[in-house]
Order: sequence, then C-alpha cells, then structure tokens
Amino acid sequence: MIEVEVITGRTIDQGKTVEEKFSEEYFNAVNYCEINEQDFKKLGLRDGDRVRVKTDFGEVVVYAKIGDVPEGVIFIPMGPYANRITSDDTDGTGMPRFKGIIGEIEKTDEPVKSVKQLLGVE
Amino acid sequence: MADAVCTFCGNVCDDVEFDVNTQKGKRLCALGLAKFREKERIKSPMINGKEVSYEEAVEETAEILVNAKKPLLYGWSSTVNEAIRYGIILTEKVGGVYDQCSSVCHAPGTLAIIEEGIPGGSLGTAKNRADVIVFWGCNPLEAHPRHPARYSAMAKGFLIKSRKDRKIVVVDVRKTKSAAMADKFIQIKPGYDYAIISALRALVKGEDIEAREVGGVPKEVLAELADMMKSANYGVIFYGLGITQSRGRDRNVENAVKLIQLLNRHTRWVIWPMRGHYNVVGAGEIPAWEVGFQYAIDFSRGYPRFSPAEFSAVEMLLRKDCDAMLVMSSDPAAHFPWKAVEHMKNIPVIQIDPFPNMTTLLSNVVIPSAVAGIEAEGNVYRMDGIVLRVKKLVDSEYWSDEKIVHEILKAVERRL
Repeated sequence: MIEVEVITGRTIDQGKTVEEKFSEEYFNAVNYCEINEQDFKKLGLRDGDRVRVKTDFGEVVVYAKIGDVPEGVIFIPMGPYANRITSDDTDGTGMPRFKGIIGEIEKTDEPVKSVKQLLGVE
Repeated sequence: MADAVCTFCGNVCDDVEFDVNTQKGKRLCALGLAKFREKERIKSPMINGKEVSYEEAVEETAEILVNAKKPLLYGWSSTVNEAIRYGIILTEKVGGVYDQCSSVCHAPGTLAIIEEGIPGGSLGTAKNRADVIVFWGCNPLEAHPRHPARYSAMAKGFLIKSRKDRKIVVVDVRKTKSAAMADKFIQIKPGYDYAIISALRALVKGEDIEAREVGGVPKEVLAELADMMKSANYGVIFYGLGITQSRGRDRNVENAVKLIQLLNRHTRWVIWPMRGHYNVVGAGEIPAWEVGFQYAIDFSRGYPRFSPAEFSAVEMLLRKDCDAMLVMSSDPAAHFPWKAVEHMKNIPVIQIDPFPNMTTLLSNVVIPSAVAGIEAEGNVYRMDGIVLRVKKLVDSEYWSDEKIVHEILKAVERRL
C-alpha cells in the first residue's frame, strides 16, 4: 500500500467514447489508473494487474498502468470509476474536488466492476 | 459531403464536412468524427422502462415537475440556445433550480469573473496576434484537439506567420500529450497553482521572492517565465480544469486574472477558459440574459437567486434538497461524486438525451432527442462567446431538444 494524490481528467479515448457509455471501448477508456513506474514496481504490479484506490470518499478497483505521472500521483480518466473516490466537498463553490485527493492504493485480486455494477443496477 | 458545424467541444469547428451516408468526414478530429458517427441510440420515449409515445412522456414529465416541491433542472451544455431558453422559463414556472454542467467544470472561473472581471479576447485574436501562449492546467491535444492548429500553437495569422513566431508554454502537474508541443514545459506539484501564480505576480512586479522553489518549480524557471510574459507583444493564458477543479478553485482563477492585470501595465495579455462542451457557454449566457445569473439559480421563491453553495447540482443532491431532477443532455450519474449520485436513485429522474448513458439507468422518464448539429439546428456559443448556427444535415424522427422542452413547458402551463 502506498499513499497517493489522485488526479482525474479527460483523455482522448474517454472523449471519443463518451456518447457510448455501454461500449467495451468506453469501459476500457475509463477503468484504469496511471501510476509512476517506481510506484508501480513498489506495489509489485505487472501489466493487467488491478489496484484498489481508496480515499475518504470511497474506494474503487481499477486496472493499473504505468503512466507519465510523478511519484506519489495517480491519474484516473474522468468517469464513473474516478467519481467513486473524488471529493464531494465543494467548499461552498459547488465544485467538487476532482483533482488532488489524498488516498492510498494497493494491489488487489478483486475484479473491476462493469459500469452497471458500479451503479448498482446489475 | 455536407458542410457541417461540429457539436462536440467548445471549439465548435465550423469548417468541417460530413457525409451521413458514407460516415466519412473532412477536417474532423478524433472527437468530432466520433460525434458524427452513427451509434447506439435511445430507441423510444420510456416511462419506467416501458416504451411510450413522445406525448405520454411529455405529460408524465410535466406531472413530475409540477408535483415536485423543488425540482432540479440540470445539464444544458450540449444543446442549443433555443432549448436552453425554454429550459429557463420552465424552471421558473415550476419553481425549481436551474444548474448547468459548468458547476462541475468552469464555474469557479465565473465566480472569479464576478470578483475581478476578465481581460479576454476571441480565439481569432489569439490566432492572429499571440506571440506567447500559456496553456495552464489544460490539455488541448486531448480535450480540444483542433485548438492548437486552428487558433493557438500552430495557427498562422495576421502577425504570426509561422510556429517560430510564437512561444508556447505548458504548465501542468503531469506531462500531458500537449506538453510535447511546448517550447517550455513547467511541471508543478498538484494544488500549487495559486502559490505559483502569486510568485509570478511578485516577479512581474520586479520583487524578489525568498523561496528557492515554489510548488516544485525553481525560482529561476519562474523568473524566466515572468520575463517571457513581460516581453510578449500579445500574450494569452488558456486555462483548464487543472486550475478550477484543484485546491483553490475560483481563487486560482482570480489570482491568474490579477497576474494578467499586472502584465497589462507592461504589454497586452488576455486570459480565457478552455470551455468543454460545445454550448456550455450558452448554458450560462442564456440564463444570464434571461434572469441575471449563469448557474445555480433557484426560483422557488418566485424570483431568481444565485448561490453555488446551495443551488449547484452537487450541493442540492448531497443535501437531498431536490425531490425530482430533469437532466438535459448530460450524464451526472457518470460524472458526479458518488454520494451525489446516490440521491438520484431516490427521486424521480427525467432524462432528455440522444444516447443511452448511466443516467438512463436511473431515469423514470427517458425522452430521446435529435442530435443538434446533425439532426437539428440552432444557435450555440463557441468557447470565446462567438455565436454560431449549427446545422441540420439529415431528417430524423426524433424530436429536437427545443421541441421537447417547449412541449413540456406547454404541458406544465396547462397544469398551473
């Protein structure tokens, strides 16, 4: 387990599939997190492995990938997986904290849920 | 091949072409092509999963809205101005709350503008004049793919004849795809935008800063950036959600506007947000000229009140303050924090959208609509506030958003 700062945001694949939410392509575009190579090694991860990301606001299981992010920072594409763990505290602005949420990640054998399972309708 | 205006992102590219028969396009980016391509649609209006007629769905929607004490009418950034206008009138009639996608996107910038104003310019001036462009907390190559080529980094214009005539700076917490097009990439620590902008303000003023680094950036790098900004002939900061969704939010934008004000004592600088959806500007402008506010507007007392801490969609849902929700062309079930989504499961939800999404799964009434820019026409605001008319390329059996909201409004008026 390591402590991380979570940031979320758009990607081109998320944008291309955002109007096809039940497609395999959308699922693949939003169900992962990018991790720094050193952190990836520290967690003993291999390609295709899954991690549990936990913050004060929730937890979610996603696929792990090496990405161009600094050590201690992970990136999750905006969407239903990211929003399981983003901060709902808006500090009175109406804007939730979608970037810079403190959390932790660890390797897990649990499966990645489908978008319908995430919503609790399947 | 028909001339088209793209209805994906805030660029609203008006130079594209698309052939609905061959599904091929010209000059469209990957996002635009995905937008125009045929995909799975909501087949029919539905009430609790059962297929019904448009008229039945409209009546049911009116019934829910009229019976609710405080309905939330949310979304509006992916539809045309004409539909938004009916939406504002509808919200007022039912004594509800109007909020739009900005409240989870660029609305902190609106709060900053209320405080400080915005020294802005059109995309045309950026293209023709800007010799220094800073992309701060935004990633145009993935979110607005044609922005660099049409208006900014690679665009040629009146005073800028080639890419060599301008300097591009990218400031971000991670090395995004857009970082590759920068002359200078400055990687900062997450949440330090405010501190770094403050340091730049001091340096632009000619003051020294005591710290050796700010937010992970060495002082020398900041001093170089401050010099580059001061020596520009025409500079632009395009900022994105890296600023509005991280620590500081509206205060980050406010600080950046103050930096621009300082720079304008030396030369000409403007600042502008990289707006996301193709008509998210309209979703703010229409209520602004109808009732005076851009978002988070409550009509429950019979007159409009603005308060993002109370009437933004996320706050309303977290406090369980709305007892029904109408969602116009948006997917809050996928994009809101989970605790806010949970309340959507407890209240009647009406969805108007061309495509099935996660909100469809939580909706009691689903009304499919024609895709604006392909099957329906109307006016939209490009990210810099320029109004463009999006075109209808093909006939469709689906009702337009404008017609759907107008019919709901009429059905509501019959009940009041």
